[in-house]
Amino acid sequence: MRKVSRLSRFNIASLALGLAFLYLPILILVLYSFNASRLVTVWGGWSLRWYHELFNDRAMIEAAWMSLRVAVASATIATLLGTLAAVALSRGERFRGRTLFSGMLYAPLVMPEVITGLSLLLLFVALNVERGFWTVTIAHTTLTMCFVTVVVQSRLGSLDRSLEEAAMDLGCNPVGAFVVVTLPLIAPAIVAGWMLAFTLSLDDLVIASFTTGPGSATLPIRIYSEVRLGVKPEINAICTLVIALIAVVIVIASLASKLSSSQGESAAPL
Amino acid sequence: MAEELPGMNVAAETAGGDACPATGQPLLLIEGVAKTFGMFRAVDGVSLDIKAGEFFALLGPSGCGKTTLLRMLAGFEAPDEGRILLGGKDIAQALPHERPINMMFQNYALFPHLSVRDNIAFGLKRAGMPRADIATRVAEMVALVKLEGLEKRKPDQLSGGQRQRVALARALARRPQLLLLDEPLAALDKKLRESTQAELMELQRRLGMTFIIVTHDQEEAMTMADRIGVMNAGKLAQVASPRELYEAPRSRWVAEFVGDINLFDGESKLRDGRRLVIGTRDAGALVVTEPREAVGAGKLAVAIRPEKIKLSRRAPVNEAGRETAINTLEGVIADICYLGGTTTYKVKLDTGGMLQASVANSARLDVDAYSLNQHVVAWFTPDDCVVLQS
Repeated sequence: MRKVSRLSRFNIASLALGLAFLYLPILILVLYSFNASRLVTVWGGWSLRWYHELFNDRAMIEAAWMSLRVAVASATIATLLGTLAAVALSRGERFRGRTLFSGMLYAPLVMPEVITGLSLLLLFVALNVERGFWTVTIAHTTLTMCFVTVVVQSRLGSLDRSLEEAAMDLGCNPVGAFVVVTLPLIAPAIVAGWMLAFTLSLDDLVIASFTTGPGSATLPIRIYSEVRLGVKPEINAICTLVIALIAVVIVIASLASKLSSSQGESAAPL
Repeated sequence: MAEELPGMNVAAETAGGDACPATGQPLLLIEGVAKTFGMFRAVDGVSLDIKAGEFFALLGPSGCGKTTLLRMLAGFEAPDEGRILLGGKDIAQALPHERPINMMFQNYALFPHLSVRDNIAFGLKRAGMPRADIATRVAEMVALVKLEGLEKRKPDQLSGGQRQRVALARALARRPQLLLLDEPLAALDKKLRESTQAELMELQRRLGMTFIIVTHDQEEAMTMADRIGVMNAGKLAQVASPRELYEAPRSRWVAEFVGDINLFDGESKLRDGRRLVIGTRDAGALVVTEPREAVGAGKLAVAIRPEKIKLSRRAPVNEAGRETAINTLEGVIADICYLGGTTTYKVKLDTGGMLQASVANSARLDVDAYSLNQHVVAWFTPDDCVVLQS
């Protein structure tokens, strides 16, 4: 077993400070979601009242459900496309315009969301597409695909090309070598890419507000419009639930990637 | 076929299904193979034949094209010109998995997500071998490379030497007609490299397989190979046994690349029976044995290996007219390099040139050693000289 080195006091202090900086606001939000008082800033004792109200708020539940569906769908499509792009960029023959292609792929990474959202809106209007679930999903796929590509491509880049060659040398055709050797080795990156896409989509307000239609508001849009009328403790409750969901997903994903890296092609004996 | 291992039928069921030619018969024919990357001609018209059961080494400086040639044999690069015939069949354009050839990679390329056992079994599974046979074969391979007890380990839990063995076992498991080894020992330290060299040779003899090894380490090539092909700038400079390569290099480049050598440029002066007298700029007139291939007129170089040169305090008696007529050169010691087993002296010749002489330290006490600026006589026989056209 690896020896765990003891942390010095300075390290403990800086760690605590860093964590506090990151998580104190979230902690306060979670705490206040259990507040019995109607006033957001006054502590009135423990209660599950706002959760109860939340589950009776149909609009909020629908928005949450919408967000979840969009996040899963767009993350899945983005992961598929992003992984293919990463493979093409790092494994394909040097094709003409490759630099241009990779540059274009990364543009959404730095493009202001307002512009992405507006351009997509113009496109959907021009094509006369009815805005709703699919337009938001497509928009989020555009947004998140490049993130998946970055994550997967960096993993592919660090992967030794000779591993694929060895697989081919030992009887795999090129596709087989990719499936049997490369895919298991980049699986953690693909999972991480999906996670990133999922959370980005769940979190996005700007692009969603441009591309969504009436009756299909996502959770951030819903929360934002509610907050404009005043922060209700109910908002704290829904945010707490979202945080819990993301925490669970992250734990599952990290467990899965740990499992995939410690387990070989065949767990069963030969 | 060489001696068989117990319970192991080496001759039968090679991965390709074709019968392997008997030892000594040509197995691989490379005919005018060339490969160009952009403007760079990496391999430039190489022709070579490898006999079954041979241990062949491709030796050359980095960038000489030896690895590209090996990768064309494995199928990772397709030659632009020429043919590669394995057992009479042209495989130049075949994909790697269609060739009964396996390769051991320089960095071993072990699959990090698979155990030692699954790494070795990888090729067998792809070949559709029944499970029970795979288990038997893997056990054989594990025993062959002495990795018993490590079957369940992952590559990152192994030492460098153990990884090298897994890579070897994995490449051998399919019983290829031809095994390619790309700098297989480069990552090992010196002691381990030497013992592994011996093991590889023993293994190759025992299995009666054909090995082609790529290396930039001439000692390694000399130690292991039956024949060595020296490559320079995409071309084969010479193909010969280690001894021939060292004692009878065909070109100035080979002479200088393989081992250390003293070179004196000059011109042929006169013929004296089987002897030639060559007038050199830096070492005066040297008497050399006439090479088998006639030397033309024009510029020549006389090459002498440092260990062929003897040093003494006084000139040895030179009986004129006798077969042992020797070349004597006088000078002073300019540099001394003690290497343990031998000492290399640099002698500044009175005629102007520098001479390198390697003397075995056959006695523990240095009564015979020369000191700096000491006057010495360096001498060597005509047979010790190689005449090179330059």
